[in-house]
Amino acid sequence: MFVLVEMVDTVRIPPWSFHRQLNDAIAEELNKKLANKVVYNVGLCICLYDITKLEDSYIFPGDGASHTKVHFRYVVFHPFLDEILVGKIKGCSAEGVHVSLGFFDDIIIPPESLQQPTKFDEAEQVWMWEYETDEGAHDLYMDQGEEIRFRVVDEVFIDTSPSGPSAKKEGPSAAATAPPAGAEDSAQQKEAPYTLIGSVSEPGLGLLSWWNS
Amino acid sequence: MKINHGFTKVTVDQLRDANAAMLSNYEVYQLLTDLKEKRKEMVKNKHSTGQQNLNTIMYETLKYLSKTPCAHQNPDTVKKFLTSMLPHKLTKAEKLQLLNHRPQTAVEIQLMVEESEERLTEEQIDELIQKVTDVLPGDPQKEADASADPEMETDQ
Repeated sequence: MFVLVEMVDTVRIPPWSFHRQLNDAIAEELNKKLANKVVYNVGLCICLYDITKLEDSYIFPGDGASHTKVHFRYVVFHPFLDEILVGKIKGCSAEGVHVSLGFFDDIIIPPESLQQPTKFDEAEQVWMWEYETDEGAHDLYMDQGEEIRFRVVDEVFIDTSPSGPSAKKEGPSAAATAPPAGAEDSAQQKEAPYTLIGSVSEPGLGLLSWWNS
Repeated sequence: MKINHGFTKVTVDQLRDANAAMLSNYEVYQLLTDLKEKRKEMVKNKHSTGQQNLNTIMYETLKYLSKTPCAHQNPDTVKKFLTSMLPHKLTKAEKLQLLNHRPQTAVEIQLMVEESEERLTEEQIDELIQKVTDVLPGDPQKEADASADPEMETDQ
């Protein structure tokens, strides 16, 4: 689920850090910038692996800090397609089962990818697998906190840069009506920059407790 | 500890290789454990603003990995495991999954090995389970509980 990614970036070291070892200052800046952040189409950055090349450091007019082009490798969380992972059920909604790994939260198993037949219990807000045996049907609940084994079937990267002012511009006279732009923004912000789509519709997938003898 | 649910996006000047190498959970676990030790000595720095993201992701990732088989692995067991896998002609991704998960059942092996019905006989699947169980250490606590003989328990 982890990969090594080679990147190049320009690191700015402020003058008050000039006394430090360059490699240490650079490592700290890179981790400050990238750790726990998503790089579009790459994955969730975990921590710096190593620095492979430092180019010359420059100081530009007007800025006392040094700028260094750094070639480095970073540990990134990026499961490969079809990889099997184990996580914990965060909760259920009409959209499906939400799974978390602790350090990564945005995993969804949509209803069509659950073991079939499956039903959403509105009252309990939980998905359940209506498992048929010769003795009759057992309702297997996908409860919060349960460990779940799933297959990664897709990934979605969303570019979450600010989109600028919305097309529908309210004139100053319409200031009395509160524009819905606030709600729209918060909805956009709630979309994770990196989401994994999972599936549990195969033997061996789903709650670990279903398969442990 | 508050988790950063809303991951923010960053960009770098240049992406040279988005997939330079696959890392096993063991390698990442070792890296983070070593980094944690190094940072313990830098008490002042690790609490400065800006370091919180690294602290959070390290803590959460270590917490997750510590509950997986990689927490009991070492360079020797990994090397031994990869050697034992040679005759089975598995892909790198398949070996990585077996290493990360230490599957104990045929059903798990079939999930991790593509087209396993065509490539592996039932005996070969059993052989894989045996190798994985023997070469890769399991959770010592779980195995102690499993082997505890209930008849031996006496009131103390």
